[in-house]
Amino acid sequence: MPVQVRGEVVSLRRAGLYTVLTVTAPGVPEITRPGHFAAIAIGDLDSSGLILRRAFSIHGVQSRGIYGGTIDLVIADSGPGTHWLTQRRRGDALDIVAPLGRPFSLPRDPVSCALVGGGYGAAPLVMLAEHLRERGCRVDVVLGASTEDKLFGVLDAKRIASTVTITTEDGSAGVPGRVTDPLVDIMARANTDVVYACGPMGMLAAVADVASQAGILSQCAVEEAMACGIGVCMSCVLPVIGDDGITRMVRSCVEGPVFRGDRVRWADIGTVPPDTLGAPSSEGIPR
Amino acid sequence: MTTQLAGIDLPGPVLTASGCAAAGKELDQFFDITAIGAVVTKSIMMEPRSGRATPRMAETPSGMLNSIGLQGPGIEAFLEHDLAWLRERGARVIVSIAGGTTQEFEAIAHVLRQHDGFDAIEVNISCPNVSDRGQVFACRADSAAGVIASVRRASDPAIPIFAKLSPDVTDIATIAQACERAGADGLSLINTTLGMVIDVTTMRPALAGVTGGLSGPAIRPIAVRCLWQVREVLPDIPIIGMGGIRNGSDAFEFILAGASAVSVGTTVFHDPSAPIRIQNELASLAALRGFTRLRDAVSYAHRDPDQARVEDADGDLELPEWV
Ligand SMILES: Cc1cc2nc3c(=O)[nH]c(=O)nc-3n(C[C@H](O)[C@H](O)[C@H](O)COP(=O)(O)OP(=O)(O)OC[C@H]3O[C@@H](n4cnc5c(N)ncnc54)[C@H](O)[C@@H]3O)c2cc1C
Ligand SMILES: Cc1cc2nc3c(=O)[nH]c(=O)nc-3n(C[C@H](O)[C@H](O)[C@H](O)COP(=O)(O)O)c2cc1C
Ligand code: FES
Repeated sequence: MPVQVRGEVVSLRRAGLYTVLTVTAPGVPEITRPGHFAAIAIGDLDSSGLILRRAFSIHGVQSRGIYGGTIDLVIADSGPGTHWLTQRRRGDALDIVAPLGRPFSLPRDPVSCALVGGGYGAAPLVMLAEHLRERGCRVDVVLGASTEDKLFGVLDAKRIASTVTITTEDGSAGVPGRVTDPLVDIMARANTDVVYACGPMGMLAAVADVASQAGILSQCAVEEAMACGIGVCMSCVLPVIGDDGITRMVRSCVEGPVFRGDRVRWADIGTVPPDTLGAPSSEGIPR
Repeated sequence: MTTQLAGIDLPGPVLTASGCAAAGKELDQFFDITAIGAVVTKSIMMEPRSGRATPRMAETPSGMLNSIGLQGPGIEAFLEHDLAWLRERGARVIVSIAGGTTQEFEAIAHVLRQHDGFDAIEVNISCPNVSDRGQVFACRADSAAGVIASVRRASDPAIPIFAKLSPDVTDIATIAQACERAGADGLSLINTTLGMVIDVTTMRPALAGVTGGLSGPAIRPIAVRCLWQVREVLPDIPIIGMGGIRNGSDAFEFILAGASAVSVGTTVFHDPSAPIRIQNELASLAALRGFTRLRDAVSYAHRDPDQARVEDADGDLELPEWV
């Protein structure tokens, strides 16, 4: 169950193009699982015109220590809200709602896992890799980005994983190309049983496709624009096929952000497929 | 002291706003939903609805646009799951209903009549009439009144009916009067006002639905104005005020303009415990302004200019019981 807490910024450090923000969040580390996210308010409503919280994957947690429970977030400065966060100083207060969403599900047995991260999508994968290793799973990691400075988590991955493969689209680091290029070989070599992925939608669609073709389960953490992050507004939906075979517009903040890759209708995101439950017939829909 | 609203007693004067609290369950993780006035549920229609394509929201200065398209499970699933849960939880409930035709509104009211576990109905007439080229019911006095009369007729007479008005009209007072004559026991205002954002990078509308409803602090002065104008022509009808309420002071502004209760919508996205916080802040502020009963503050800004002002309380504050 998520909590709303007032945190205090402990530190900010640069990592390539990103800022890693460590903030106190009493009670949150103990209940956070890999894949959970946090929603941070951008100032208070008296002083800020940005009324919506921003969502970030929880990258790491420390439940003990002198600060008594902190979380780490990886922030890409991509607009006014994320910029504001990168400008915080040690000691500044932040209003945090966490942990949110449905995390990655972990295998019961020590199976072989491939983790695929695109850009800051690597953020939740480090904690995931640690949990998988604790269960005796084999972990192979593929990290990709358009350019080297957009890679994240390479050192952590090398510490934890059996193999780490890097791809960049411009070839500035690792193998030139996309994460899906080496993935097929890695899955064959490591006898992968399950693929975990987090990154841009296009990457997730491609990874889910590669996994499906190999007959392997995939779990993908999606990123949809969210207004509330807690399941009350219906803004974050995407078409997902349920256990009953019926497609519904499903809230990614509470029923996701982690979905089975073979259940998301990737090509139909941004539309309401005509066979969706309750899809409009021909007349317009009210706002 | 509970809050009186159209003959029903509520635990307090602050409610959730339809579409901003789903059916209360999620918010109950953050505060006790039985401690606020009532949960106003997401507008429900007869059948399950997928809603619109994404993007469905765009943030704007001190506000946001939404174009959800009334996604929902349909009245049967709503009654079975959502209303049943709210009832079990002991929350007070105002069920918001929507329809594409007057007949659909009436049919939903018929279904609701077979059930209990709710305190009032809010009729969201800010949706397009599919039998009238998508003209929004709330934008014309006759179509608004038609829906309200049908719902009033079809519903249990003991259940008050609130007509939820749109600010996107030339004269909201006329629409309010038409709804009152058609049998509305109360009014809710305001719904969102139509807006639009163009993404200057993609150079396309930011929302899949092109236009969307603007909500949040940005619309508060519009809401206060609407409330004021309606209160001037209908001095006695109970009104639920809403539009951009962030804190107790904003809520008090609506009370002074004529609201007996207020709904908190978009602010919940910023602060999921906002409704209970605002209820407590409102209580303190009303007491500070010298009101021992909130109902004495309702419409207080409309008093004659020469009428004596309630004095600010000095010294010990006597907080009303609903704090
Ligand atoms: C589950 C989840 C996990 C995420 N994890 C991370 C992370 O670990 N690191 C990171 O840097 N970013 C992450 N994001 C994306 C991050 O939330 C957006 O980049 C951020 O909200 C943009 O805010 P802004 O004001 O800087 O930009 P703007 O583009 O100006 O934002 C305007 C509005 O759109 C919304 N929005 C814009 N882009 C996105 C987006 N991609 N996803 C969601 N909402 C968006 C914002 O919340 C805001 O309401 C995540 C998003 C989700 C949904
Ligand atoms: C995401 C969202 C969904 C909404 N859905 C509904 C709805 O289903 N029915 C309705 O009557 N109003 C709906 N509204 C309007 C609100 O109930 C409220 O009237 C309006 O947002 C103004 O209040 P606010 O500024 O406090 O949000 C919705 C508003 C938002 C932001
Ligand atoms: S962001 Fe509001 S329901 Fe998911």
